[in-house]
Amino acid sequence: MRVVENLNRALHEVLAADPKARLLGEDLLDPYGGAFKATRGLSTAFPGQVLTTPISENAITGVGAGLALCGETAIVEIMFSDFVTLAFDQIVNFAAKSVSMYGTRVPMRLIVRLPTGGGRGYGPTHSQSLQKHFIGVPGLDVYEMSPLHDNRAVLAAMIASQRPCVFFEDKVLYTKRMHQVDDPFTWDLTDGLARVHVDAPPDCVIIAPGGVTHRAVAAMRRLLIEQEIICTLLVPSRLHPLDVTSLVAAARGAKSVVVAEESTAGGTWGAEVAHRLHQELWGVLRNPVALAHSADSVIPTASHLERAVLLTETTIHDTVLESLK
Amino acid sequence: MTTTDLDRLLLIRHFERALLDLFAKGELNGTTHTCLGQEIVPVAVSGLLGPDDRVFSNHRGHGHYLARFDDPAGLLAEIMGREGAVCGGVGGSQHILRDGYVSTGVQGESLPVAAGAALHLRGSGALACAYIGDGTWGEGAVYESLNLAALWGLPLLVVVEHNGIAQTTPTELAMSGDIAARCAAFGVRHVALPADDVGAVRAVLEPLVSSVRTGSPLVVEFAVNRLGPHSKGDDTRSGVDELRDWYRDMSGDTGFAEADARAHDLVDSVVREVKARPASRWDR
Ligand SMILES: Cc1ncc(C[n+]2csc(CCOP(=O)(O)OP(=O)(O)O)c2C)c(N)n1
Ligand SMILES: [Mg+2]
Repeated sequence: MRVVENLNRALHEVLAADPKARLLGEDLLDPYGGAFKATRGLSTAFPGQVLTTPISENAITGVGAGLALCGETAIVEIMFSDFVTLAFDQIVNFAAKSVSMYGTRVPMRLIVRLPTGGGRGYGPTHSQSLQKHFIGVPGLDVYEMSPLHDNRAVLAAMIASQRPCVFFEDKVLYTKRMHQVDDPFTWDLTDGLARVHVDAPPDCVIIAPGGVTHRAVAAMRRLLIEQEIICTLLVPSRLHPLDVTSLVAAARGAKSVVVAEESTAGGTWGAEVAHRLHQELWGVLRNPVALAHSADSVIPTASHLERAVLLTETTIHDTVLESLK
Repeated sequence: MTTTDLDRLLLIRHFERALLDLFAKGELNGTTHTCLGQEIVPVAVSGLLGPDDRVFSNHRGHGHYLARFDDPAGLLAEIMGREGAVCGGVGGSQHILRDGYVSTGVQGESLPVAAGAALHLRGSGALACAYIGDGTWGEGAVYESLNLAALWGLPLLVVVEHNGIAQTTPTELAMSGDIAARCAAFGVRHVALPADDVGAVRAVLEPLVSSVRTGSPLVVEFAVNRLGPHSKGDDTRSGVDELRDWYRDMSGDTGFAEADARAHDLVDSVVREVKARPASRWDR
């Protein structure tokens, strides 16, 4: 099953399980079913629960927050995550704040879905990975879609948390297969943390969000075949707040740790992960945690220029080699 | 209509057709939004603009660009990421900057910026012209800008290409009330026009645009037909072939066939020439 079908099924289940749950976003109606088809069939199956909206990201996110404030579950799709900047106020200053700023805990079941990332030649305003701007907002959880995490469980966890969540969905994942990891690697999942590995202790532990999975595994394969370097990949579903305990346990024995993400350089999620690991493993790690990310640059449209900016399999491969020096 | 206007209309038409053709053949990467059916708007409006006026375009901007600059090769190179690209292939189809012309792919973003440019230009006799679609009236920034434009007497010309649809969403599902009433609420002048005759459009707009230059903002709402998909292969409408098309209406006019062949050949040679160029370079 493709990732987009898994996500679509998960959305179906949320709307079916709770007739009060609603989904809002631009161009969601069938037969189009949303720009990336994640919502295909939903407006037909749940006509009363799916609202197609004007081009009003700020307002529709606020409407989602209003539904959540009234105790309902709301899922808002922003067509391209780049436009979430228009909804930043509603997410940061209303939805997330409301969880605690009134002196009592207010449950807010709001999920903002964010098709994300580059690699498709959509240009500087349709290709960004803005996760880092949402790291460390009190009351807000940051999740990322992954081919190793069943979206039914991920959405269920977000709803159960009763906190507003932003859900980054790397667009290149939609057409990839769920749970496909080829030999010699295998994968497992414990407490929301997916692990891709071979049956041997790793030289390097790579930590990456779901959208980077395929690039990381490709780098791991090359390192194994060409240099006999063994890597383990860890993919958390929730990027923030970070459950650092399991990462620490896995990183403790490795010779190096690399955090890889598609975000452009500066103030990254990886910098936060590195800091947390340094706090726990200072004196244990042989080298500082290394970061792999896209260049400090806008994301160009032309594919040859875009490739030179974005995080690739090679970026990860080279960062791992460097980290082991 | 002068030959130049017809040539421009046909250049835009053939340019857009060529793009869809290149996409179909897998020779273009990314995405693009063609203005097939809407060509008359930028050709008519550009004829009323001077060299000091600033133009703000949007995602559907090839016609806006080609009506302002005689540069199909530079635009195609931008879209294909080839040498000679207007912006080095960085911006692509919807992010272009050149000589007082700028486009961006985020809906509604341009209007406050256009108001800022209009504030800069106020008193100079020049104006800021911003093209937006009907769907973009969903964004709050549009209203904040109209308020400022009226309040501050800004030389702002807003050209609305009302094609009745935003991506796949018909206007009825996205707009309560109408654009005229929204403008009236802000005390901004509004005029609605069909977009089927360049000369007729200019005759109506000429005096109105002159008064924009002295600080009286104006919204011109054109009724147009989007004859192509939103981007590519994503049209959910039926009956598109029956929509009125200036190209079909004019095809019997004297000189049309010759002009059409000229534009077709021109675009054809531009495509061949640009395709053969090396990749664009960008010094980050
Ligand atoms: C802020 C923002 N939201 C969503 C989009 C995606 N999008 C691109 S074009 C478009 C429809 C625009 O409709 P309209 O303004 O009517 O212009 P048209 O495409 O019809 O020319 C949408 C939703 C965007 N580019 N920017
Ligand atoms: Mg429209």
